[in-house]
Amino acid sequence: MTDSAQDLSPQTTTDGPLAHMVYVLRSNPVTLLAFAMFLVLIVAALFGPSLVAYDPLASNASRALQPPSWDHLFGTDNLGRDVFSRVIVATRLDLAISIAAVALSFVIGSVLGAIAGYWGGWLDAVLNRLFDTIMAFPLFVLAMGIVAALGNTVENIVYATAVINIPFYARLVRAEVNIRRDSGFALAAKLSGNSDLRVLALHIYPNALPPMMVQVSLNLGWAILNAAGLSFIGMGVRPPTAEWGIMVAEGANFIVSGEWWLAFFPGFALMFAVFTFNLLGDGLRDMVDPRQRT
Amino acid sequence: MLPDRLLTIGLRVAQALPVIFGVIVVSFILTRALPGDPAVYFAGAAADEASIAEVRSALGLDKSLPAQFWIYLTDLASGDLGQSISTGQSVASDLATRLPASLELTLISLVLSCSIAIPLGILAATRPGSAVDHLCRVLVTAGVSLPTFFTGVVLIYVFYYLLGIAPSPLGRLDFVYIEPDQVTGFYLIDAAIAGDWETWTGSLKQLVLPAITLALFTLAPLARMTRAAMLSALSSDYVRTARAAGLTEEKVLSTYAFRNALLPVVTTLGMVFSFTLGANVLVEKVFAWPGIGSYAVEALVVSDYAAVQGFVLAMALLFVALNLVIDLTYTMIDPRIGFQTK
Amino acid sequence: MNDTSRRSFLKGAGATALGASVLPFLKVLPASAASGDVVVAVTGQTINSLDIHRTGTNRPSYQVAVNVYDRLVSFGTKTLADGSLSYDYSVIEPEVAESWEFADDGMAIVFKLRPEGKFQDGSPITAADVKWSFDRAVSVGGFPTVQMKAGSLEKPEQFEAVDDLTFKINLLRKSKLTLPDLAVPVPMIINSKVALANATEEDPWAMEYLHKTPAGSGAFKVAAWKPGEQLVYERNDDWTSGPLPAVKRVVLREVPSPATRRALLERGDVNMSFNMPNKDAKELSDLDGITVATTPIENSIYCLCPNLAFEPFKDKRVRQAIAFAVPYDEVFQTAAYGRGAPMWGGENATPTDISWPQKFPYSTDLEKAKALLEEAGYGDGFEVPLSISQSQADWMEPTALLIQENLAKIGITATIEKVPGANWRTASLVEKRLPLHLETFGGWLNYPCYYFFWAYLEGHLFNSSNYRNEEIEALTAETLHMSVEDPDYAPKIKRMIEIVWDEVPRIALWQPALNVGTHDVSGYEYWFHRQLDVRGLKKA
Repeated sequence: MTDSAQDLSPQTTTDGPLAHMVYVLRSNPVTLLAFAMFLVLIVAALFGPSLVAYDPLASNASRALQPPSWDHLFGTDNLGRDVFSRVIVATRLDLAISIAAVALSFVIGSVLGAIAGYWGGWLDAVLNRLFDTIMAFPLFVLAMGIVAALGNTVENIVYATAVINIPFYARLVRAEVNIRRDSGFALAAKLSGNSDLRVLALHIYPNALPPMMVQVSLNLGWAILNAAGLSFIGMGVRPPTAEWGIMVAEGANFIVSGEWWLAFFPGFALMFAVFTFNLLGDGLRDMVDPRQRT
Repeated sequence: MLPDRLLTIGLRVAQALPVIFGVIVVSFILTRALPGDPAVYFAGAAADEASIAEVRSALGLDKSLPAQFWIYLTDLASGDLGQSISTGQSVASDLATRLPASLELTLISLVLSCSIAIPLGILAATRPGSAVDHLCRVLVTAGVSLPTFFTGVVLIYVFYYLLGIAPSPLGRLDFVYIEPDQVTGFYLIDAAIAGDWETWTGSLKQLVLPAITLALFTLAPLARMTRAAMLSALSSDYVRTARAAGLTEEKVLSTYAFRNALLPVVTTLGMVFSFTLGANVLVEKVFAWPGIGSYAVEALVVSDYAAVQGFVLAMALLFVALNLVIDLTYTMIDPRIGFQTK
Repeated sequence: MNDTSRRSFLKGAGATALGASVLPFLKVLPASAASGDVVVAVTGQTINSLDIHRTGTNRPSYQVAVNVYDRLVSFGTKTLADGSLSYDYSVIEPEVAESWEFADDGMAIVFKLRPEGKFQDGSPITAADVKWSFDRAVSVGGFPTVQMKAGSLEKPEQFEAVDDLTFKINLLRKSKLTLPDLAVPVPMIINSKVALANATEEDPWAMEYLHKTPAGSGAFKVAAWKPGEQLVYERNDDWTSGPLPAVKRVVLREVPSPATRRALLERGDVNMSFNMPNKDAKELSDLDGITVATTPIENSIYCLCPNLAFEPFKDKRVRQAIAFAVPYDEVFQTAAYGRGAPMWGGENATPTDISWPQKFPYSTDLEKAKALLEEAGYGDGFEVPLSISQSQADWMEPTALLIQENLAKIGITATIEKVPGANWRTASLVEKRLPLHLETFGGWLNYPCYYFFWAYLEGHLFNSSNYRNEEIEALTAETLHMSVEDPDYAPKIKRMIEIVWDEVPRIALWQPALNVGTHDVSGYEYWFHRQLDVRGLKKA
């Protein structure tokens, strides 16, 4: 499956990928929808704080636990804070957490994977065992342990999420690099006087990018779920910061007593975001891997 | 042939050893880095300096880290996983009761998930690009996009609280039943062995909601992989040949395409299995399920070193064993695949 | 394993085999918990040991000591104003002892044991058993030893088995705390013959055996115990220390999710939900068929503690400023849903009586708070972390958020820091290193001096504010063992209260309440130890 990615590699860049993308988007309305949803998320993340009517942190004990109304579209929580404002404002933080975590694992995974794949030998063996070790942990529990050990701050949630994702990227890059290490174009680049590092970074590594983009997109949704899960067991961001996971987790206790809106709306936002990333990832996979298309 | 195979198995096991050692080291370091002083925590309310010191030495926490690690290793070598301080039982016995609970839930949810995802995937693959295909894709993606704890709470609210169809979410068995004799630890199997069908039904009822919660979460990878594998199988030469030979579509799908698509699906299933076992953590908490996931959370929260280490080790061993089994199945099914790649 | 024992609830790998009794038991109980003489209760916590003396035994496990073991004496029962039952601190009643008297010089107590007293295995309760049990409690260290010490019960030499039915305690000092301390869960009476038969050289107090196998004389036996799942009590039909309980079996199920516990009680699938969240208590108390007992917890206050080891809080005026800045009513309504008793808005700066806890003379007054800060030289405010425990986030988080908002109004920037449950005790009580935090101490022995002893003396565990006041140190030492009838007692206590009101090292927020919801069950009784006493329960 991997060699198909070569069609998209920089060496063959003409108007091919773009035309291909348009073709895929047209034949796949769901991916188009995903792009539209992604746009909504970006807008909410960038302009959220200026779009909402209430301060997401301001409590108002006299208006606690009010059901959705025109004043409070999504109702109010147990401290009288406006749920709509909190849901919208949380977009930025949630996206930031997942993007930062994925970016971190992308970079570290790429470097480690490229090293392992290009130079091989004992370095490869050691790194591989390291990735195996991480993968052998139940990943969510490893993230829990890291956050518990380092303390629950946004940075540590990002680190924990990044660590558990590194092996996926590293494995991908390693495989791509390994296959192409001795391929014609790599050898040619080397013969024309390029250093190992240069060949690796500019000629071989870019081939791994398309499948990695798929992984990135899927992982973004995954990272949000991961952060939400951490919040649920009390290891999320610190209050009063608005974050979807913690809102769902806290709201879950109110469902049985009838205050469904506390968990429902942030839960919906969470699902919306993860859903978007998953659909995007799927769509990207179709673009990258034409074999799965018809 | 046979000695060859044994050799490869031996090689594969040997490869797993450094991983297991790595897991032991990492889990040891991780637990020691946990915040809090278990000695203070377990000395209880109103404990003074002296009694905290007593507890600390009783737990062996007054020794240096390398010394503690060495003690841990020697204990492990003799099969002693230590005592969980929060449940007051030995970690080995805790795991022995709780692992079957988690496994039973995970397996049932996977069976459920497969029975929905595989037909869906096949359906989507036979009509790629159609509305059915897109609908399948949206449905399974929606399932994987929901945080499991949220799905769980909503299911309880709707089916137990509002409709009253589901039994009370009280763990593996409602209190009106008596748990079956432990043979395998799987209530469904144990109850069947005892011939106690009332208990069997009772425990099946308890399984339904948590299993659905987990199954929703695992539909997507299975359905997507089935679809992809079926697509590539359907576009292959042998299917074309079979079609050209005039075989019925049904026969083509089930015998030729599906058999060949099964391999990647099985691999995915293995990954999903270990992933689900980890995801259990949250579902078990919601459904008061006495499995190892909820055990690990509780242990982590109170810095119960032995319990966390025991849990991680058990999961890692399970994971390694599972991968081994998958690899071996793979080579048995498809002799072209060797072990040279790693 | 044969069929009879299979049905006895005793099997299973994790279910600790409790050989004590093999009870005939129906294969399937009547479908509804509402029928039969079985009570089903749910709780959110795990019972991790059947022995209160063991190191690492958690609070929820104390109830096993209450229900499965007896003590020499117990407290009486009284009916509160709202009709619910509570233990009565002022009445000490016989339990294993049928009578007792003080020696003429007041330096010894002699107990006469009931001649008919029997352990659950049928053997008689003797003074030797009492001595062995007390020796154990003062020797094993940790919590039991500390609790015994609170009653001036410190060394094995104090305990004497005069004859089979006569037990004598030689006192180190005259103290009003000694007799009540014999009625707390810790000095339970263990069947020493059974325990000794299972003791080893390394384990002379049979800690391992009693951890999983109780050997008591109490009203209930443990029929099954699976930590993390359930505990099943089975009535001891031959109980000799009190009237036979009305229910035969109590099933205590652990359900971690409070929402699920609420649903179970609301739907009538369980008879009892112990320690309910305040919100559920408030809402369910209006429902038909459900009774919610909300009992303010004696000698307990939820406090906001400024730590005197940190600069701004060394100044009394800063602490007072914070006390005037707390939005008490909002906190009480939002975090406690109005369950419990307000501890703010007292009228006088000097107390008129010695009841404790009573309302502190502070209420929300931001102007006054600002003026006090100005006076102290902190007019521009300062920054401080406000620490809360992750495991008590249900009430601490809303409380902290509301306090944070009001502190911001007087210029103090507080950032909320959630401390993991495992670290909370270490950070707040042992190392006492949290600059501003919430604290929850409640004393088992219901005297103000006992509260002061733990919470206001320098270096003492619950004085997380690092407070020291010479007068308080002296007065607490004087009053701790003094009889309440002593004419000096009340004036001294009033003076102590006056000082801590003025200096506010602990800012009282409210007196918490214990909520217990019941459905088709009566006879629930509140106890200071805040654990479920199943002995008085009756099916409606």
